Order: sequence, then structure tokens, then C-alpha cells
Amino acid sequence: MIEIKDLHKSYKMGSNSLHVLKGINFSVKEGELVAIMGSSGSGKSTLLNILGMLDEADSGEYTLDNVPIKNLSETKAAIYRNKFLGFIFQSFNLINYKTALENVALPLYYQGMGRKERQEKSLKYLEQVGLKEWSHHLPNELSGGQKQRVAIARAMVAEPKVLLADELTGALDSTTSYEVMDLIQKINDLGNTILVVTHEDDIAHMCKRIVYLKDGVIIKDEKVKQVKAAAYVQ
Amino acid sequence: MFSRDTWQEIFLSIRKNKLRTFLAGFTVAIGILIVVSLVGLTNGLSNTFKEAFGDDANNVFFVFPGKTSVPYKGYKSNRRIEFDNSDLADIEINFDSYVEYITPRISRGAVISYKEESDNYTTRGVAPGHQYSEKTIMMKGRYVNENDIKKKTKYAVIGRLVEQDLFGDENGMGKFIDISGSAFKVVGVYQDDGGDNEERLIYIPYTTRQLVEKNNDKIDQIVIGFRPEIGYTGAMIFEKQLNTFLRDKKVISPDDQNGLFIRNVADQLKQTQQFSNVIAYIVSFFGIGTLIAGIIGISNIMVFVVKERTKEIGIRKALGATPASVISTILLESVFITTIAGYFGMLVGVVIMNSIGNSLKEDYFITNPYVNIGLAVTATIILILFGALAGYIPARKAARIKPIVALQDE
Repeated sequence: MIEIKDLHKSYKMGSNSLHVLKGINFSVKEGELVAIMGSSGSGKSTLLNILGMLDEADSGEYTLDNVPIKNLSETKAAIYRNKFLGFIFQSFNLINYKTALENVALPLYYQGMGRKERQEKSLKYLEQVGLKEWSHHLPNELSGGQKQRVAIARAMVAEPKVLLADELTGALDSTTSYEVMDLIQKINDLGNTILVVTHEDDIAHMCKRIVYLKDGVIIKDEKVKQVKAAAYVQ
Repeated sequence: MFSRDTWQEIFLSIRKNKLRTFLAGFTVAIGILIVVSLVGLTNGLSNTFKEAFGDDANNVFFVFPGKTSVPYKGYKSNRRIEFDNSDLADIEINFDSYVEYITPRISRGAVISYKEESDNYTTRGVAPGHQYSEKTIMMKGRYVNENDIKKKTKYAVIGRLVEQDLFGDENGMGKFIDISGSAFKVVGVYQDDGGDNEERLIYIPYTTRQLVEKNNDKIDQIVIGFRPEIGYTGAMIFEKQLNTFLRDKKVISPDDQNGLFIRNVADQLKQTQQFSNVIAYIVSFFGIGTLIAGIIGISNIMVFVVKERTKEIGIRKALGATPASVISTILLESVFITTIAGYFGMLVGVVIMNSIGNSLKEDYFITNPYVNIGLAVTATIILILFGALAGYIPARKAARIKPIVALQDE
């Protein structure tokens, strides 16, 4: 699904250049649930941003579902993001003046899908994350866990190839974190490919594979025995 | 681009950002309102001018005799100049190609009465041409005609207000009124745009006036209507030649300032027009200035709007919004607000101008201010276009922001 070869990225910090990614090689197969772990400054968020076409690499190859991702125009990148990727952010990034349903429907709007179909489909995904009754509430009327579940529904609604989650439990307490991870695991069990960036060990061990990143290089890449989050959820 | 969804997006954004929408709309509405009012009031001012100078024909000379102030060809100074009927004939013969009509005007105050009603009025002894020089409009009956001149008839043409004063609700036509002891038959009632005083005059044949005054042939002043086709230059030449001719005939020195006066309405009209033009320039300056201020106002708000929505734009881009869709949503919203607000401002301005009517005439010299709708629409469209342009630049910038940068914007 994802193929990455010798990826480099550096940031200009005034006169200095900060080399963040120093030759990353890895691949993700369909249906995997991968955690990318590392302390802050290890380059994990940068890697995720490049994978998400939110940022561009300086050099190296990136192939997503056999499509080379290189020198994309803004418009092309937008279309690819919409079609291939679903994002889940630490700070949820819901649009605060839109209801849960409208937030979920947004990617479909950019696909040009009709209004009625859009709403039906969004409602279906809201139901899947257990928030059907909250569909007409605004984000500020929802708890943190509910917000993140709306964001997950929004990430999935366009049926992307890969879900990218950046510290998705970072703003949640541990109980809620496990609930959200339970949901992620269930989605993964349905066959979806998911990449989770985290610095929390317990969250990482709820995935099936952990990639350790340190100072811009992968130091360890191992399959782990998945801890089912459901065990922590009442 | 104009789908129902796009509009829904825009309405939602407007509803959720009422203050911002209000400020942007208010700026535009006030801008257009000021421009419309400015133009309207100026038009009102120029209407007052036109009314003051425009009720009479402007292809007219008024010739007045005076008193000589320098001795000339054996005559002493301080000699009173008088016109008589031969002067009328001479001018007509010598300046046939210039003259459209010529009429004397002999003004006399008189007590005029009908039954119990009586008051002081001014009578004017005139020839038929006088009707054109004053743009007198007949309401009933007729004006003084050639036959009246020839037969020295005792007919009178009275103003609308004279009829009202003397006859009340009665019809004055055909009735006999007493003018300084002589009975005159009312053959016509007229109205005039020059105001109340112009409608309190009584016109009688000048020959009848001369007959009453011991059958003399004296004339107070001469009114000459020249052919409009000779133009401004032609009028100037005519005035010069007429001046020379009359001074020659009446033996007045060419250097005598007081012997003879010719008032040229065309010349006066030109000055009035120049004055109006100066006002128009000043108003254009302020109008354009107001428009520019409005445009700057919208630009400011648009920059703020885009800044405020940077994060939202980042989210939308992450979800697959193309730069074009980001720009078009922001632009459509701004154009929509400016259009509605601009239209509203224009409407209010036009309604205010129309409702003023003549109420400011007495104190502020503003008569019936109006706004050319085309001009108001043009001003609104200019504001909308520049508002869109002002919005486009920050919107394009926002659309180019990398989503990752926009998302970090807290």
C-alpha cells in the first residue's frame, strides 16, 4: 500500500538547516495497523505529514497504492488527499460552526457528491462510531472523546486507502483514549490500513506493528502482539 | 460553483460570523449611501440653479436705456436715453438674420380690482414675442397677439395667482378687471416656472399701454430673442453689433458705461454652468474618495477574514479542498455580502433623496435631489469588483498556504 525509499527532509531555521528525516525506508501493506513511535523531535510528525501529502519531502520516493507521489500541484494533491487519505488530528480539527454531520460530510462535499447521498453516508459513519444521536450537535457541545470519534468518522467517510492518525489520543484522558483505540482496532479489523503516530507506549502496543524513530532514522521495526483496547473498556 | 451546496456553505459561514458580516456590509452600505447622497444633493443644488436661471429662454438679450455719463458729439452728459417704437423696427430690419422675435417691455405698477377684490400688481406692456422670452405657459385662453397690438385692444393676460387672488374659485376668463381706472377683458390665464412673483404679473398689449399714456411711443426696455442656431459665438457678435448700432443711433459714446445696457443671458448662463461644473468636480473628488475608503475598508476586513479562517482553510485543504474551491468560497461570500449591502445602501440613499423633494429648498438651496440610477449602480458595481479583488489577493494567499502550516495556526 505504502512504499517509501530513502526519504529526506530538512527545515530551514534561519541560517541553519535542520535535517529531520535522514533516509527513511519502510513499507506498509494493506490492512496493517502500524504505530510510529518516537520522542518529540524524532521526525515522526514530519514523516506523517509527508505521507499525508501535507508536506513535501526533499528527496526520496513515495508510492501510495502504486501511484507515485511526486511534484504534485496543489490541486492534484488536494484530490489525492481526498481520495486516498483520511486524517485524524490530535486537536480534532473540526470546523466549529458546523454540526457533527456537516463536519463528517465535508470530504464528500469536496468529492462533489450529492447532498442527500452525502448526508446518508455521513450518518452511516456517525452511527458506526456511535454518535448517530449527536449528529446535529456542534463540536463545542461534544466531549473530547466524542469529538475525536466525529473526526474518525470524517476520516473514514470518503473510504480512503489509508487512515493517518497524529497523536489521536494526545488530548484525551486514558479511559477515553482506550475507547478511541478500541474503535480504531475495530475499524482495522474491517480491513482498513491505519498509521498511528504516538509517543505513548500503551497506545503503540494496541497496534500490530511498531516502527521506532529516533533522530530521523528508523531504529527498530517490529511486529507486536496486539493488546485489545476492549479489555480496558467497560 | 453556484450549486446549492456552495450557497449553503456561504450562508452558514455568514450566519456564524455575524459581526464580521455586519462590519463588512456596514462599510459597503455606508460607502454607497454617502456616494448616492453626495451625488443626489449636488443634483439638487444644480436644480436650484437651473430653476433660478432656467425659467426664461436663454437665447435672449435685454436692452435697457440709461443716462449718458460722458458728453458726446455736442450733447451734454447726464442725458436720459429713451427707446421708442422706431427702435424696434430698426433692430428688426437691420438684424433680420439674427432676430427671432423682438418685444418691448413697459412695466407699470397698477391697482387692479374686480368687484370687491383689489390689490397692487405690476402690468407689463408687451408684444407677442414676450411669451417665448419668459417661457410663459398658457393655462386658459391666449396670449397677447398681433391683432391686439394693431388695434390697441384692452385685453389682459393674467397670472395664475392673479386669477386666484381676484376671482377666488370663479373663472376669470372673459371677465372685466379694472386696471388703474380702465376696464380690461381677461383673455388668458398663464403659469410660469419662475416662482410666485412671475405668476402675479399682468400682460397687456404695449400699444394699449402707450395709448393710455397719452398715446406716446416710448418703450422701457427691449427684449430680443435671437435665433438659437447662431450659437454662443454668433450671440457675442450680434451683441457687439447691436451695441454699436444703438449707440450710433442714440448718439452715445462708445466709451460710455451708463448710456446703454445689454444683458446677455447666454453669457450669464455660461457662468452658471461653470459654477455647476466646479461643484461637480468637487463632488466627484469626494465621491471617488469615499469609494476608495470603502474599498480599503473591505480589503481590511477581507484580510482579517482570511487570517481568521486560516486554520479552517487548512482543515478543508487536508480534507481535499482544492485551491480553486477555497478561493471561490471566500470570494463568493465577500461578493455576496458587498452586493447585498451595496444594494441596500443604494436603495436607502435613493429613497432618502426622493423623500427630500423640495423640503430643503428654502434653507439649503437644494431642489428635488435625484440620483441617476445608472450612476448609483455603477458605484455599487465598482465597490463589488474592488471588494472581490481585495478579497482575491488574501484568498489566493490563503489557498497557497501549506495545510500543515495552516493547521498549526492556533
